Amino acid sequence: MLPAFFVLIGMGSFGLAFWPAVALGGVVSVVVLGVAFKKLMVDPMIRHGVLPLVIASIGLAILMKEMVREFYGADAWPFPALWATTDVSMFGAVFAVQSLLILAICIAVVVALQLFLGGTRTGRCMQATAQNPTLARLLGIRVERMILYTFLINGALVWIASLLITPIYLAKFTNGEWLGLYAFIAAIIGGFNQVRGAIVGGLLLGVVDNFAAVYISSQYRMAVPLLILIVVILFRPQGLLGRIEERTV
Amino acid sequence: MSTVLEVRDLRKSFGGIVAVDGVSFGVEEGEILGIIGPNGSGKSTLFNCILGQLRPTAGDVHLDGRPVTGMRPCDLNRLGVSRTFQLLQIFPQLSVRRNLVLAGQEHQGTMLSRLVGRRDAGLSAAADRMLGFFRLGQVADEYAGDLSYGQQKLLDTAMAFMAGPRLALLDEPAGGVNLTMLASLRERLQAINAEQGSTFVVIEHNMEFVMALCNRILVLAEGRVIAQGDPAEVRRNPKVIEAYLGGS
Amino acid sequence: MRRSRRVLAGSVLALAAVFLVVAPFGLKPYGIFILSMWAVMTIAAIGLNLTLGYAGQISLAQAAFVGIGAYITAYLTTKGWPFWSTYLFGGVSCFATGWLLGYPALRVQHHYLAFVTLAFNTLVYLIFRNEEWLTGGIYGISNVPRPSVLGWSMNGAREFYYFCLAHLVLVSTATWWLIRSPWGLAFVALRENPIRALSLGVDTRRYTLMAFALGAGLGGISGALYAPLVQFIDPTPFALGLSLNLLLMVVLGGSGYFFGPFLGAIVAVLLPEWLRFTQGFYLMGYAVLVMIMMAFSPSGLLGLADRLTRPRSGGAR
Repeated sequence: MLPAFFVLIGMGSFGLAFWPAVALGGVVSVVVLGVAFKKLMVDPMIRHGVLPLVIASIGLAILMKEMVREFYGADAWPFPALWATTDVSMFGAVFAVQSLLILAICIAVVVALQLFLGGTRTGRCMQATAQNPTLARLLGIRVERMILYTFLINGALVWIASLLITPIYLAKFTNGEWLGLYAFIAAIIGGFNQVRGAIVGGLLLGVVDNFAAVYISSQYRMAVPLLILIVVILFRPQGLLGRIEERTV
Repeated sequence: MSTVLEVRDLRKSFGGIVAVDGVSFGVEEGEILGIIGPNGSGKSTLFNCILGQLRPTAGDVHLDGRPVTGMRPCDLNRLGVSRTFQLLQIFPQLSVRRNLVLAGQEHQGTMLSRLVGRRDAGLSAAADRMLGFFRLGQVADEYAGDLSYGQQKLLDTAMAFMAGPRLALLDEPAGGVNLTMLASLRERLQAINAEQGSTFVVIEHNMEFVMALCNRILVLAEGRVIAQGDPAEVRRNPKVIEAYLGGS
Repeated sequence: MRRSRRVLAGSVLALAAVFLVVAPFGLKPYGIFILSMWAVMTIAAIGLNLTLGYAGQISLAQAAFVGIGAYITAYLTTKGWPFWSTYLFGGVSCFATGWLLGYPALRVQHHYLAFVTLAFNTLVYLIFRNEEWLTGGIYGISNVPRPSVLGWSMNGAREFYYFCLAHLVLVSTATWWLIRSPWGLAFVALRENPIRALSLGVDTRRYTLMAFALGAGLGGISGALYAPLVQFIDPTPFALGLSLNLLLMVVLGGSGYFFGPFLGAIVAVLLPEWLRFTQGFYLMGYAVLVMIMMAFSPSGLLGLADRLTRPRSGGAR
């Protein structure tokens, strides 16, 4: 939700054109939602355990929503699309170029992330940190920096997602709640420790959700992803593509 | 004398790694059996398989002749088997006394009777006796987490005995206990063995402790039993020496 | 120094008790309504504190149980059934449903369990919203009557407040007794070290299910009181937001502390009302307060009080 507003503020208050404002939005996202979030929220609280952090993030979400509502406004603003809103006919069906573009960008991002994590030295260091931070530290990996990178990447991904979604849903302070939940569900179904799992989970969820709306009932549309979630968690908690992580006793 | 515990051809593998590779032995009533072996020889895994924390890949475990393989630890506990863990496992936020009460309470009546029936029923008194026995009386009302490591280890062992078990499996009870307390611990264990006729199986690294305490010793290496016998025999056994020091 | 701690706690409790009894005489009907809401939410929070604080099982489904209790009461009382029967029905249904919800908890823990309970809550909310023939759908059930006790009508704001307060006292007493019992000790063992608990004979499976069932049952009772309090039931209050709010109450007040839910409910129910004069800013202030609390005292308000007044030596809980 926020990156879109960063862009709008860039265009409105700073008078920037669209693409420079997008770039500014990206930088601010990475700094505020990446670095600041990590240093001000996660670092002080992670040693207390996960639950206080979860509660604090709930608080932060409320704060961000209310700040946008109070200081920017409660309306839904139009957001410029990244590409013209045209349609194209393929294989006998009509596709919006926008949708195809979103799909293409998502696949490109996932592939890029996969290449980064598996192919570059930094990426592999990040993976090592995730699997065993103590050992990683002993091997000379700058663990704190690796963790910071994770948050930076997240800031950037959120920026991209916001740019893709907001033209469709319009910029409103309530954006992101349902999407955030769906994102979590997609990540769990796909497999938390696999980047590929995200795309599988996301696609599966998107398709199932829309089919459910048409073929089952639009009222119980949300129920299908939730039921899939329950089944996956109970019978294959590592997700469809994930690997079981050994627990230490 | 009857065989209290019998383990037959127990095997446990994790993926490609075989931690326990066909171990068989029996323990007579009233015996104190020691299990020794170099690190990684599968001792704790063996315990975990016997006590239901892990499901064995193959083989079975019999208690007094009846099969108990894979039974849940709490059910085994109610049949009179108790254990301690290699890593200290007490409840640091409860007082020492409450730790002991907890250790004994699940043996009284059913779950429902524990809620509505008469509480306590001698548990506090039993806890006090245990405190006195293990010389922890002066810290009875302290948080268990505030005790010294050695004292916590004693508490851990004491908790295993609260329910008056027939068979106690102790995983490194002497680890971290200082020298002055060691002799005392050994005496306590021998006293319980003599007074109540309980059977012990003890995993230990402290050779002196185990040789002095146990009637019989089992030596494990790479998941297999490589020697068995009384302490003096085992100490002289060349295979045992090789396992510890490494052969060429 | 233990005595002075007890004296302090005792005096605070006594003052609070006096306040709770005389407050309605100085408040307008809306103020009494809010105080009744506090009492009702505290009951739900006590339930969640049992499941989460004492037994260590994370549950984001409490709102669903409040909803089930509320709908059962609303449905039955608008059809003329007496109030006490809705308890039985609502309480037992929630207990049983909670027991069933405990089964996933045996298979998964922590954040996975949070998601399963979250999914359950949302599914129940969907049923509330869609099954119009049963729940009235988005139009809800209106004109929920207030009960009468032994011929005395609880219709007035003040009378119903005392009715809620009486329930709170009963629930608190029962919970106190439960926590002091061997079950309470078993719950703590389950929370702190389930592996050790198992090896000591604690049937962690049964106690986990029981923790869920009891928490859910209390949620149901809270709902049974919520319905006649607001007198109109629709699905919106029972969505995920309330579950998160109840979670907040428990953690903010002090997870695993007996009076934690009471304090948490004060912060979550009363504070927003008192801050209403700040208009748009009160939610922001509330959010900032929550974040600061979690950063400096994750064991909640009572954890903070515990640390500030802890005697320097000895003295176990």
